[in-house]
Amino acid sequence: MLVTVEHAAARLEGPLMFLRRTVDAGLGDAVEVHSPSGPPRLGRVAALDTKHMTIEVLESTAGLDLGRSVVRFFGEPLAFGLSGGVLGRVFNGVGEPVDGGPPIAAAQRHAVDGLPLNPVERANPRDFIETGVTAIDLLNSLVRGQKLPLFSAGGLPHDRLAVAIATHARLRDAEPGAFAIVFAGIGVPWESAEYFRASLARSGALARTALFLNLASDSSTQRLLTPRFALTAAEYLAYVEGKHVLAILTDMTNYCEALREVSSSKGEVPSRKGFPGAMYSDLATLYERAGIVHGHPGSLTQLPILTMPADDIGHPIPDLTGYITEGQIVLSRELDRRGVDPPIDVLPSLSRLMKDGVGGRFTHADHPALASQLYAAYARAVQARVLASVVGADGLAETDRRYLAFGDAFEGTLVRQEEPRTLEESMAAGWRLLRDLPRAELARLSDAQIAAHLSEA
Amino acid sequence: MNPTGRPRDESAPQRVGAEGRPVSHAEIVAVAGPVLRARASGAFALREAVEVGDHALLGEVVKLDGDEIVVQVYEDTAGLRPGVAVEGSGAPLSVPLGPGLLGRMFDGLLRPLVRGETPFVRPGMRRAAGEVFAFTPLARPGDELPAGAIFGEAAREGLPAQACLLPPTAGGTVVSIAPGGALADTAVACTLRDASGAERGVAMRHAWPVRTPRPVLARRVPDAPLITGQRVLDTLFPVARGGKAAIPGGFGTGKTVLLEALAKGCDADVIVYLGCGERGNEMAGVLAEFPELVDPRTGRALMERTVVIANTSNMPVSAREASIYSAATVAEYFRDQGLHVALMADSTSRWAEALREVSGRFGELPGEGGYPAYLASRIAEFYERAAIADTLCGRVGSVTVIGAISPPSGDFSEPVTSHTKRYVKAFWALDVQRAQARFYPAIHPLQSYAEDAAAFAPWWTSHGNSRWLELRRRFLTLLDEQARLERMARIVGKDALPARQQLALTCADVLNEAFLRQSAFSPVDRRCGPARQGAMMRVTARFLDLAQAAVEAGVAPERIPRLDAYRPLLRMGEEIGEDELERFDALEAALEREFAALVGGAPPAGA
Ligand SMILES: Nc1ncnc2c1ncn2[C@@H]1O[C@H](COP(=O)(O)OP(=O)(O)OP(=O)(O)O)[C@@H](O)[C@H]1O
Ligand SMILES: [Mg+2]
Repeated sequence: MLVTVEHAAARLEGPLMFLRRTVDAGLGDAVEVHSPSGPPRLGRVAALDTKHMTIEVLESTAGLDLGRSVVRFFGEPLAFGLSGGVLGRVFNGVGEPVDGGPPIAAAQRHAVDGLPLNPVERANPRDFIETGVTAIDLLNSLVRGQKLPLFSAGGLPHDRLAVAIATHARLRDAEPGAFAIVFAGIGVPWESAEYFRASLARSGALARTALFLNLASDSSTQRLLTPRFALTAAEYLAYVEGKHVLAILTDMTNYCEALREVSSSKGEVPSRKGFPGAMYSDLATLYERAGIVHGHPGSLTQLPILTMPADDIGHPIPDLTGYITEGQIVLSRELDRRGVDPPIDVLPSLSRLMKDGVGGRFTHADHPALASQLYAAYARAVQARVLASVVGADGLAETDRRYLAFGDAFEGTLVRQEEPRTLEESMAAGWRLLRDLPRAELARLSDAQIAAHLSEA
Repeated sequence: MNPTGRPRDESAPQRVGAEGRPVSHAEIVAVAGPVLRARASGAFALREAVEVGDHALLGEVVKLDGDEIVVQVYEDTAGLRPGVAVEGSGAPLSVPLGPGLLGRMFDGLLRPLVRGETPFVRPGMRRAAGEVFAFTPLARPGDELPAGAIFGEAAREGLPAQACLLPPTAGGTVVSIAPGGALADTAVACTLRDASGAERGVAMRHAWPVRTPRPVLARRVPDAPLITGQRVLDTLFPVARGGKAAIPGGFGTGKTVLLEALAKGCDADVIVYLGCGERGNEMAGVLAEFPELVDPRTGRALMERTVVIANTSNMPVSAREASIYSAATVAEYFRDQGLHVALMADSTSRWAEALREVSGRFGELPGEGGYPAYLASRIAEFYERAAIADTLCGRVGSVTVIGAISPPSGDFSEPVTSHTKRYVKAFWALDVQRAQARFYPAIHPLQSYAEDAAAFAPWWTSHGNSRWLELRRRFLTLLDEQARLERMARIVGKDALPARQQLALTCADVLNEAFLRQSAFSPVDRRCGPARQGAMMRVTARFLDLAQAAVEAGVAPERIPRLDAYRPLLRMGEEIGEDELERFDALEAALEREFAALVGGAPPAGA
């Protein structure tokens, strides 16, 4: 059903357009607002009564006028026509090809808002993904179907890390399977988008990538739609085409800023730092679209990237994200300054699904204990560092001095790496570090583990 | 009759309460988000449950305004428009309670979540259809049954029987009762005649309004702990059977893992696990794991004693607000059968945020943190549903409520945490530092508390641990001292502390590592029963005594960690299982031997 309405607009206020109700549209139906002043703008029916309709224009309303605006009603919620042909293509933030290629011959249409997955249909993510990054593989393992964000900050090499993961990620001794990447650039600078495109092209991954680009110069309100179009494509590829999809969403901070902007222009009561009170639920409708479904061969793994405003992990954007995602990889400015690359701050990093994807059945029987022991020791080392900063290393007890050395080696040789490592190499590096600590300190390891991995060879 | 043109779901339980009043209709005049206004052509009551449109979306009347009603819809309202029908139910929002609950997963309004042709949840889900059980009557015609009494038993194929309760509003003389055999839980199983001579048929399943607590005969003062199987809780911060506890903690500090560990290991008869605005994968994890795990007390699959209620973070927010009441009602239903129930709510913050969102939508004046002014009283009402009580059926049952709290930026001064703190007796504060060091459970020993602890000493004495209260105090004092000494060491350096104080730090390390640390994923240690816990308390305390005596006798504190028995002591939780308690005696003996050698002056090997 396509109905076009002219001369019905009665009022325009911020992103909202008020029309006389002259068609029988349903709540949430998609519309396109045409005006001589620019390209058509997407919108949706936000409220209805017997006489009026309120349209929420999902793009800038600048330049719209009442008299000449024509509204086209689609008779269904905003949807995206999809086929396997989205791979290798570049789209704008609302799913229109911008690479000069032909339009997508849609095999299916899917509402971009998606539907919540029924929890009983979810299969537990457990396939360990080797990323080549020790701080991830060994200490915070990523598994297929997980949503694991990078908490970064301006000027840190999160893009490089994301590309490294996207191009290196592989399953251990399993069928490679059909792998696909969906990249959503949300309000990113052109250079950043181009960096991703060029890196994926160099690694040969571009042909199995769908890029959705809402650049920093594009409409900020459209940013709310970009991850939805991207994730709709990702779900299609995962659950209909059976591919293992890695979705990179960057930068979620821009998304949240757009959310705040739209919310305040709608006059909603702001919550923390001016962000809408419903931001948790809104973000959840994106992040929860990761997963694996019983009886479907594909999977959807999410790697969102966000930059922490003022490097503050307690800021609502990282805070709410952390409450929804299955862990986080935190980058640290201090490590970056000290030349530790990748500058992953291990203590606040976490992968919650690690426990399901490591151990004898998946990686190595002693992997969990090793990770736990490294964590415990590194936490002690950081404590010892705090002590030493006040009383000096000489004021420390002997054991604490050994921890101090351990901490430096941990960052300098385990976290820091020049080449991707296999899990075996990462584990070997981990065991090597533990050799320098007193055995009595290694309470997270069993005697058998100590004998097997730490006995002086 | 039925303007939606859809066959009515006869089992729809919200109709059971529709006594006497004809069902009313209304027609939508305005809709925005999950809220709609409709013009009514009959009487509606505040909080009445309604069904909206072709898909019979569930909603609740939240305002009456002349001939218009305002309805909050619990599902996605996409596609609704003026003119669509709203149908009253004549009863407040209710959930069906019966033998079909155990072992299943439901949404926030207690509609079953089952596998279907699509993996997604679509609006307009149906209530559970009738299910057939093996019914055994436990009453005879002529018997006088009080309201809420047990009139029979129902069993699913191969599973233990559950009591069938009369609704708390129905009692009288049994006129007839179904014979033993297969019977649907929606069919009339027993007909009663009340004092006025009116007859009423009751089924194995009955509806109860979620916002109304179910009545009991009398409440009791809790005097026994709920044994959680977690040492740090049972020893330091116990919660009562019928008590209330809260777990606040920033993201990733271990709330969910702890709740799940309790759901697996605590000594309740029934677990009601509410995932309120949390992750879909966590719910799926419970469904995957619980059927495989064995209830240590009964030897049966853990899932058989569990009801899971899930409103994941991407499901409609309005239903989130109701889900906590659904869960409390289900818990009370099992309590009323004389069972001990543990209700885990993860997370109450998401519920409070749903309350805030709904309140904002109705233009209510926001208070502290944007929450409505009645937040505190709603939190109080929820936790008050925890109780141990004499039930209407003449037994003793309890509901223990354990709620997770997700404070923004992990800051415990925010409204939900601070109000909850006023109503709970046990407060289990999770600590970011401990969590980051992967020290689990990351319960902060100084910020946490348990008000009722002293009252449980008799219980522990009667379970073979007469030193429980004394050792608990000693452990807490040591942890307190540790915090103080660490502050001091930060200024003067550890080496500058006197030997006694260095020893105290070593002892605190041992208490933390050997006793308090307990991995929820360790096959041996995930649950620690009272006997093993008692043995570990004893060994730990013995170490403290021996170490103190040694240092007093002039042994340098740094020699203690070099004892051979030191590592086995730190690892006893993971190494010594529930049925090998004699190994604790051996460990204790080894400690005694080695300390004796140390004090006796024989220089230990390698020193
Ligand atoms: N008792 C425990 N034993 C072992 N590991 C634990 C324990 N508690 C927490 N963990 C580890 O910490 C991770 C995070 O825990 P959890 O998911 O319970 O956090 P949470 O407090 O519920 O976070 P959120 O508020 O974001 O839901 C787990 O995935 C697990 O790896
Ligand atoms: Mg949690």
